[in-house]
Amino acid sequence: MTTTQAPTQPTGARHGLRIFLIWIVLSLAADLLIWFVWKPHLPPGDMSDAARHQQFDIAVLAISGAPVIIFVLVYFIYSIVVFRARPGDDSDGEPIYGNTKVQVTWIVGTTVIVMWLFVFGTVELVVPAGAGAGEGPSPIWKLAGPHSATWTPNSNTMLEVQVIGQQWTFTYRYPQFGGMESSELMLPVNTPVTFHVTSLDVIHSFWAYQLGVKADANPQVDNVAYVTPKTLGSVTVRCNELCGIWHGAMYNFGHVVPQTAFQSWANGVQAKEQSDGVLAALPPYAYTYDPTVIPQLGANLPKIDGITGAAGYYYPPEDPVTP
Amino acid sequence: MSVTARAVSLLVAFLVVAGLAIFVALYYIGGASAMPTVHYAASGGQVNVVLQEDPQNDSSSKPDWVSYYVQDPATSNWVHTTLFSVPANTRVNVTLYGYDGCTPLRNNYFSAVQGTIGGTVTVSQFDQHGKEYVSDQTTPLIDSWADCNVGHTFAIPGLGVYVPVASPNAQLSANNLCSSSPCVTNGNPYAKETFSFMTPDHAGVFRWQCLVPCGGGFLDGNSGPMQTLGYMMGEMDVVSS
Repeated sequence: MTTTQAPTQPTGARHGLRIFLIWIVLSLAADLLIWFVWKPHLPPGDMSDAARHQQFDIAVLAISGAPVIIFVLVYFIYSIVVFRARPGDDSDGEPIYGNTKVQVTWIVGTTVIVMWLFVFGTVELVVPAGAGAGEGPSPIWKLAGPHSATWTPNSNTMLEVQVIGQQWTFTYRYPQFGGMESSELMLPVNTPVTFHVTSLDVIHSFWAYQLGVKADANPQVDNVAYVTPKTLGSVTVRCNELCGIWHGAMYNFGHVVPQTAFQSWANGVQAKEQSDGVLAALPPYAYTYDPTVIPQLGANLPKIDGITGAAGYYYPPEDPVTP
Repeated sequence: MSVTARAVSLLVAFLVVAGLAIFVALYYIGGASAMPTVHYAASGGQVNVVLQEDPQNDSSSKPDWVSYYVQDPATSNWVHTTLFSVPANTRVNVTLYGYDGCTPLRNNYFSAVQGTIGGTVTVSQFDQHGKEYVSDQTTPLIDSWADCNVGHTFAIPGLGVYVPVASPNAQLSANNLCSSSPCVTNGNPYAKETFSFMTPDHAGVFRWQCLVPCGGGFLDGNSGPMQTLGYMMGEMDVVSS
């Protein structure tokens, strides 16, 4: 008489140890790869403090998430390989009526993960001064740096830049340089910058990608965002809010330049606009502009109904109509 | 329902949806391609583009929308389109006839001429009798908030070209505007503006548009002709020379 002996299976503790060892090795390898290989290439780069923090945040979330994903995959593959049904085995698995160790491990593990994300997210929201996002007209967190009516190199004074969106272009106004305006965003390196973002028509969104700054541009709203450019280079500015048929083409470029070069550029533009009469033609600097009213319209511009409308409105009150 | 019947139903539903999507895509693509493109050929490294902007247009669907026209260099006929092509790395000399009345810019920064050769435009203005009351005035700025003098703009943001387009003066804008498109110089007040810019050394499609909120009848002047090819926005196709 011959007997058939079933293959030896490891006990539950052995399975757990095997899965744990596989998981810890793979997780460690994945996290090291993420931190040292992938992180330097993660968007949006490290051109500013805000961008650097966003890159850091994405990397930390990746190394936090990788062990979770790897655990699921390891358990899944291990189960398929080890716990698969053998040929001829039509029996059901053993019923489980509760396992305190598993339940406690699950609750503790998920609690740690959620609490870690909560604390990390809150700290990161506070530390980098709003994480590069628009915070409305009265921001809670601000960059260090004194405000001044003028800006000079190496003074650590905040540079004020107003971003004006309209279908379908951005322009940039510099109140510390006589209120001059430019269709090109120029910023000095290592200088705290305050963006005042607004719109003259519909809702746009100012997104200086490499600087890690994104703020909605709403008509008659001053949306404030802060950033400190840390490295020289080019910046792509895109609209990030569907704003009409040419939304996809609403982008232009900016440059982070040395502080002295910036001052030279700004003084040059200011002088040219002064000479050409552009500065005199611009309205007084304000944080927002009413898109339907031109208060500067005076006696020189006759009010023609149907063209300029009454009282300087673009159109009389009954027209526009909502289509 | 049998498996076969369900499979057939699913296939029919898929074909209906796919067919509808293809029809819509072809309808719009066909509509866009139906608009003619005016081709300009260079001569001596230069090309002369002639445009006009009118208070209305000769279409049957939107006759009251303000609109640009492009002059065909071969026939000198005005074509109701905003698509034109020019060679790369070429000086483009633009002559722009402004027949529409004045409307202030929303951002008066675009009163400044930008991106043209010399940073200026040259403007003349005529009344309906052909009398020239402003003659060849070269300027870097047409302040749309200081006087009734800007009708629209011609802007190619991708090339940094921003040009305010002069209009007839206030009284002419109010009383004697051209009322039949395409407008002609004889019998209508108009402004004539000339400027030049360089095309890039590579081929590409560059959108151009008006920055004056000139969509009368639409909220704050947006939409309508402002957002429709063939009216106040278009494309300049730069082709390899």
